[in-house]
Amino acid sequence: MDIGFYFTNLFTDFGSTILSVITASYVIAAIGLNIHFGFTGLLNIGQAGFMLIGAYGFAITVRFTQNFWLGVVVALVGAVLFALALGLPTLKLRGDYLAIVTIAAAEIVRLIGDNQLLAPFTGGTFGIPGSAFSKPFAALSPLPQIGLFQIGPYNYPFTEGDSWWLRIVAWSLVAVCIAISFLLVRSPWGRVLRGIREDEDAVRSLGKNVTVYKTQSLVIGGLFGAVAGIVNVLATSVSADAMGRTLTFELYTCLLLGGAATVFGPLLGTFLYWLVLVFLRDSIGFWVPSSVLSQQQIPQVTWIVVGIGLMLLVIFRPQGILGNKKELAFGD
Amino acid sequence: MTDNQKLIDPDYDYDRAELRKKLGAVDELPGSAKPNPILTVDSITRRFGGIAAVDVDHLEVQKGSITALIGPNGAGKTTFFNLLTGFDIPDKPQGGAAKPRWEFQGRSLVSTSAYKVARTGMVRTFQLTKALSAMTVMDNMLLGSQQQTGELLSRSAIWPIWRGKEKVIRAQAEELLDRFKLLEKKDDYAGSLSGGQRKLLEMARALMSNPAMIMLDEPMAGVNPALTQSLLGHIQNLRDTGTTVLFVEHDMHMVRFISDWVVVMAEGKLVAEGRPGNVMQNQAVIDAYLGSHHDQDLGDDAVLNEDFDTAIAEEDVELAKAEEAVEAYAESVREKEGDGD
Amino acid sequence: MLHSTRRRGRIIAAAIVVVAGALGILSAESASAASPITSGTSCVADEASGCLQGKVIDDNRNPVPGAKITVTSPSGASGSAKTAKNGSFFFKVSEAGAYTVELDAASLPEGVTPKTSTLTVTVELSNITPAGFALNGHVKGSVNSGPAAVPYYQLVWQQFSQGLLLGLLLALAAIGLSLIYGTTGLSNFAHSEQITLGGFLAYVFAVQLGINIIVSAILVIALTALSGYLQDKLIWGPLRKRGLGLTQLMVVTIGLSLALEYVFQLLFGANVYPVATNLELNTGPLDITPTAYWSMLVSVIVLALVGFALIFTRLGRATRAVADNRALAAASGIDVERVIRIVWIVSTGLAGLSGVLYALVNGGVYWLTGAQLLLLVFAAVTLGGIGTAFGALIGSLIIGVVANMSTLFIPQDLKYATGLVILIVVLLVRPQGILGRKERVG
Repeated sequence: MDIGFYFTNLFTDFGSTILSVITASYVIAAIGLNIHFGFTGLLNIGQAGFMLIGAYGFAITVRFTQNFWLGVVVALVGAVLFALALGLPTLKLRGDYLAIVTIAAAEIVRLIGDNQLLAPFTGGTFGIPGSAFSKPFAALSPLPQIGLFQIGPYNYPFTEGDSWWLRIVAWSLVAVCIAISFLLVRSPWGRVLRGIREDEDAVRSLGKNVTVYKTQSLVIGGLFGAVAGIVNVLATSVSADAMGRTLTFELYTCLLLGGAATVFGPLLGTFLYWLVLVFLRDSIGFWVPSSVLSQQQIPQVTWIVVGIGLMLLVIFRPQGILGNKKELAFGD
Repeated sequence: MTDNQKLIDPDYDYDRAELRKKLGAVDELPGSAKPNPILTVDSITRRFGGIAAVDVDHLEVQKGSITALIGPNGAGKTTFFNLLTGFDIPDKPQGGAAKPRWEFQGRSLVSTSAYKVARTGMVRTFQLTKALSAMTVMDNMLLGSQQQTGELLSRSAIWPIWRGKEKVIRAQAEELLDRFKLLEKKDDYAGSLSGGQRKLLEMARALMSNPAMIMLDEPMAGVNPALTQSLLGHIQNLRDTGTTVLFVEHDMHMVRFISDWVVVMAEGKLVAEGRPGNVMQNQAVIDAYLGSHHDQDLGDDAVLNEDFDTAIAEEDVELAKAEEAVEAYAESVREKEGDGD
Repeated sequence: MLHSTRRRGRIIAAAIVVVAGALGILSAESASAASPITSGTSCVADEASGCLQGKVIDDNRNPVPGAKITVTSPSGASGSAKTAKNGSFFFKVSEAGAYTVELDAASLPEGVTPKTSTLTVTVELSNITPAGFALNGHVKGSVNSGPAAVPYYQLVWQQFSQGLLLGLLLALAAIGLSLIYGTTGLSNFAHSEQITLGGFLAYVFAVQLGINIIVSAILVIALTALSGYLQDKLIWGPLRKRGLGLTQLMVVTIGLSLALEYVFQLLFGANVYPVATNLELNTGPLDITPTAYWSMLVSVIVLALVGFALIFTRLGRATRAVADNRALAAASGIDVERVIRIVWIVSTGLAGLSGVLYALVNGGVYWLTGAQLLLLVFAAVTLGGIGTAFGALIGSLIIGVVANMSTLFIPQDLKYATGLVILIVVLLVRPQGILGRKERVG
């Protein structure tokens, strides 16, 4: 066994993870979740559903019209409608209801997406391949349309598929989303949200229409989710099962790791989360003989570690790395 | 109206002697009419599983007065507050009974949500203080203002729009905090304040919107005696500067000391009204409060000191009764469930 | 990508394909790994193999035995077999990729011809790939057993029966979830794994160790109840003492659920493990199997016992008192922590039983069995009124029946979605649930 190979491999993987479009999509989705959970105290456990709505809205529209911007608009409108549909019945009720309804609604979206009934649009179980909707996006690229470009060990296409162009756009979007969330949560509007997180009756007694604020928060956070969904599928393909509730749980892990109710928490948390995953995967693969754990079992073990990690994090450091214990996002 | 001060209201009795003179002419009977009511309430009831927590036929609160709402534990005072401020909904009238009706400054507040009630100028505080502990004292105060348009989502991200207003509101908050001796704490988390300071903060926060009337739910509970005096001063000062005060209180001494008018509730109903000195001697009040064997003036300090233990014991009995009621109620609900209701 | 590795062993419902996994006629036997394609009367997929299986049926939807099927792997290996008495064929293959499946027309009995004689399917390892053939014409003397032959009312009745069954199984899990919520305020997302645990333990006892199913069920209940006791003693009790908020605790249960799901996958892979094979149709009033009858009977008895205990026993009254007002219950001398521990024991035991019965009537258990049911259980609890045990029962029955009845109008695999849609609709109309007390809203 070559230890040098292990380290080279590990650090190469670290780098590609940090550049990855998937990582960027996680950051954006976690920023949305931060608006919901971190700043408003809304327990949305269906963020993956918002991503899926965004992904389907975008991919199906672009697939049939080949119009990129129309796809984006449909995705965003879809997320707004989804947020309103979830919010109207639940936002006047106790927090548990929102939790159950969001996770249920996300599951409904996934089941419908998976179903053969709408296969002409959604592709059913097989989903929608990236090639069906990625061309209009590639056409916007100022980089060469074909060919690969290598920086160090990282060799990606200029424009096609999981490309440099997509990486540039995805990480620029991350920067924009962080800036937007910063402006929003530091504003008087964000102050009202934080008040609601703690005690909505108090805020109500001060003349604020709490239900409207909660609905706005759900919509805004959901829009981030939809954008994350678009970014995610541009790198891969639309697959309902890739955006199930486990993805939402991952996003919570990222958010809580970095620190809920902090502007940079989602970014830091997502980086750390993925680096730990890559570290575990590479290390188990290298150090543990395959007679003990087969190649297929490595992801399972990493998932177990994620689950236990989430438990320990919430118990022992609920404020995460950047959070302030006095400003804990957990309402009760 | 500017942010920091009210216009002079020609209809408001800034002179307290004048106000008391007017109230002196009012009949000391439950539900009696006031010369210039700011709040009138009619036929409001709220039941919890068969027990009428509130059943008030008529009440008027005189504009410019400090009115105390007193009554033994479980009399329904807080529920009454919740109903008036939109935090609870009165029962629908049954069998030809009159519909609940209440008006604040001539404006009906029936089926008005809590936030809208606050916007009409009737702001409340809570028995269990709702200071937002994970926010700073200053942020608590800024939330109290209703002038910040930056609270609109459409304007929030563009800070130049709201920055000017923020300065004005901040100055108003500092002035209020200074008055309530909390200015030094403005950057501390509200959670780090003492119980009494939280009460003060909650009151100061409610005042950020310059309400026409403030409803204080047990402002003295848990406040240390050193602060009590200044709190009393604040409340009187509020009245003098144009805010009508309605407050729930247990401390008879305080009630007697600062209120212009006292309303007594027991078992959900109004049992007496009157000027503080008189109402304490009302037999109905004494019966409601301490049981029929007491014949002393409730406002008499001696009663409060010497009979304190008795009063505590009486309260314990009341508490036990309330617990029994809750348990009986729970049982009745469960039974209904068992029937598959 | 890591998250895409979590693919479910899903079954595509093509009308002509009857998948053996759903019928529960899989057995745990494994074929020799030496040959890339082996045929048999059953197939269990694992990490190193996938199943390619299907049925040959005529246009009366009757099975055609003795038809010759040949499959060819991407690398050119091939194997063939004849369909069994029930028209089914199974191939266990060790290579993923595109396979051709060929039906030899010459091997068919008189009167039937293939609509298509060659299929191309993509086989994934650890997964079941369906490949069925429908034929033109029918075998002489066969009667039409397709849906057209079944009167509509019978179809409705069949779905109603299945719904009642699902409802009762949900209720076993839902009452526990509701009791835990009622007494501690905790929404326990790891409750699903208690169901899965029950199913797997039943498989271990009844199938692997060959213990009588009733004894197995009792052992399973005891063990799952023990797991509840240990959980409360080691995790939830100490966390309550630590003063963790309810939201925090809920996220802890989410983490636990995630970890346990993958522990199951690590131990058992992605296969469906059968617990019973008795699936002949029965002629009783309900259109279900004898196993299902027994399961319903057991559920009803257990639910009645729980209901009786809640209403009439001292412990039951104490439980309701704690659920109603914890502080008041503590003040009136009830040992709240003890009540909560017993609630955990009972709730997890009930969920374990639910898992056993579910595995029995649905042909088996796999690592996501509980996870699939959890949302329906939550929907049932919310529908009935959060925190009311009897509401959970009613909510479960409604969800079970409506979800199954909906398959009369929409595809079978969307029936769980229906259950969730009902939840959202009910929240719009009656937010407190069916039996919930009306609370102030807004």
